[in-house]
Amino acid sequence: MRLLGFSAFAAGVALLPVLFPDNYFVTVVGVSAGLHVILAVGLNLLMGYAGQISLGHAAFFGMGAYASAILTTRYAWPSLLAMAAGLLAAGLIAWLLARPILRLRGHYLAMATLGFGIIVHVVMVQATDWTGGPDGMAGIPPLNLLGWEIDSDRRWYGVVAATALLAIWLSLNIVDSRIGRALRAVRGSEFAARMMGIDTTRAKTQVFVVSALFAAFAGGLFAHQQAFVSPDSFNLLVSVELVIMVVLGGMASTFGAACGAIALTLLNEGLVVFEDYEMLIHGALLMTVMIFLPQGLFVGLNRLGRRLWIAVLSRHGSPPQ
Amino acid sequence: MPEQLLQFLATGVTVGSIYALVGLGFALIYNASDVVNFAQGEFVMLGAMTTVALLNAGLPLALAGVVATLLTALVGLLLERFAIEPAAGASVVSTIIITIGAAIFLRGVVLLLWGKGFHALPPFTGDAPIQFWGATLLPQSLWVLGITALLVVLVRAFFNHTLLGKALLACSFNRNAAQLVGINVRVMLRLAYALSAALGALAGILVAPITFTSYEAGVMLGLKGFSAAIVGGIGNPMGAVAGGLLLGVLESLGAGLISSGYKDAIAFLFVLMVLFFEPTGLFGHKTAERV
Repeated sequence: MRLLGFSAFAAGVALLPVLFPDNYFVTVVGVSAGLHVILAVGLNLLMGYAGQISLGHAAFFGMGAYASAILTTRYAWPSLLAMAAGLLAAGLIAWLLARPILRLRGHYLAMATLGFGIIVHVVMVQATDWTGGPDGMAGIPPLNLLGWEIDSDRRWYGVVAATALLAIWLSLNIVDSRIGRALRAVRGSEFAARMMGIDTTRAKTQVFVVSALFAAFAGGLFAHQQAFVSPDSFNLLVSVELVIMVVLGGMASTFGAACGAIALTLLNEGLVVFEDYEMLIHGALLMTVMIFLPQGLFVGLNRLGRRLWIAVLSRHGSPPQ
Repeated sequence: MPEQLLQFLATGVTVGSIYALVGLGFALIYNASDVVNFAQGEFVMLGAMTTVALLNAGLPLALAGVVATLLTALVGLLLERFAIEPAAGASVVSTIIITIGAAIFLRGVVLLLWGKGFHALPPFTGDAPIQFWGATLLPQSLWVLGITALLVVLVRAFFNHTLLGKALLACSFNRNAAQLVGINVRVMLRLAYALSAALGALAGILVAPITFTSYEAGVMLGLKGFSAAIVGGIGNPMGAVAGGLLLGVLESLGAGLISSGYKDAIAFLFVLMVLFFEPTGLFGHKTAERV
């Protein structure tokens, strides 16, 4: 079933550019949606499965992006090596931060992650010598995969789609592994999990680091794809949007997070047309969805669909499931 | 140097008073409904922006301020009735997102009504700086300090000495038990939101003559107020006031002695340090987790 869903999703992603070549919504919005999928799927591991909120995830996204930007433009590192360095840095910081920060619960954890995100953002704006300050950094070279330059929209679609699918596949496997089960136990009751012999601190640290790595990886891709980074792409609003993607799709569902990411990307793209009404509609939609479908669009609609299906089946005389 | 320190202290206490009022609003709503209201900063902005609009419409400043506060209280009440109440029983993350949605919505409304421009309110009583021991203070700072002190005393008296305040307090301890002794919990929740919105609006009106206001002005003020509430131990109103003052003073000292650009980073670094060493805030109750 899970493999079926994944294959169908992958087939859809692969078919899109064939059906609509050079369509703006596929090659430009699609790339941005793909990056959001990687971010949301990573954050979902932390929020959906381990039950730990993060309102500062854009910080890791930014670290990946700035590592690539700084190392390629200032030190002429090859792009792949720069991305690897970004992953290493973000992973290390996440590992150092995990122990004190994941000791906190609920609103205290929300505050701490939020504060972390703001601190990183302030550093991006203020450390002008390194980051170019509020104006950002331009001229980041495209990604070079062992001699293959990723320099067109279509190639980028391919790379981002492939890595987004890889992220989904990784997440599905993590969730079904021993660590995944430990994480779900932590979300249920940390105390009970500890009684069962799970090293909850270690489990939470691991998922925090993995989730930061997903974000930093997306950040590296983002920097090379845009050829430009500025602090605005990694502010609090972005962290909040990432949380919204996860919750919009439905927490604790990898496909839910992916769908939430795609839905919010399309929504933002669509709302641009409304200019001044954009914020108003955005806020109203967010409230409405959360009030009426608190389990999220994907999970909520899925359940609704299943109920309708059962209703149809039982009307035709088949026994309900 | 001592004059300079005094100056930073004076600035810090002024800004800290505003954070304290916003934090107090957070604590009120959290106590009553276990919700951290991320639209609290928008109440601050709404109070200031509405006052500006009413002032431009020809109302005198005092009247404009009172009407703006009442209108913001109404917005708080509506928020509770139409966004929080229907989602009763939702998870912490869901309610956080609902209030973030409300914040974006309110910002959108203000943007539509009054545009992106920056506005300032005139100071309540002139702007001739007052000199004391080598430091200068704007008269508006005295207004901020005075009214904040008055509001804190009033809020305390409200909770300690009035039946309504005690009923609200009862709801924060145990909503079911409050319901059983005949307190109308739904009305109390709406009251808490209205009261908190009014406090936020007053903070906004007080600070608008010093810092400019715009449709986005509530974001950082809201976050600092949230920090104040967290540092003080969430749900402890007087802790939030102390947290706000502490945060304001540290931020001002950091900006003056280290770097003004890193002002916000210093404030949040302080919050992180507090949480790392006191995971429930400085004045929070240490409760054991029930299994």
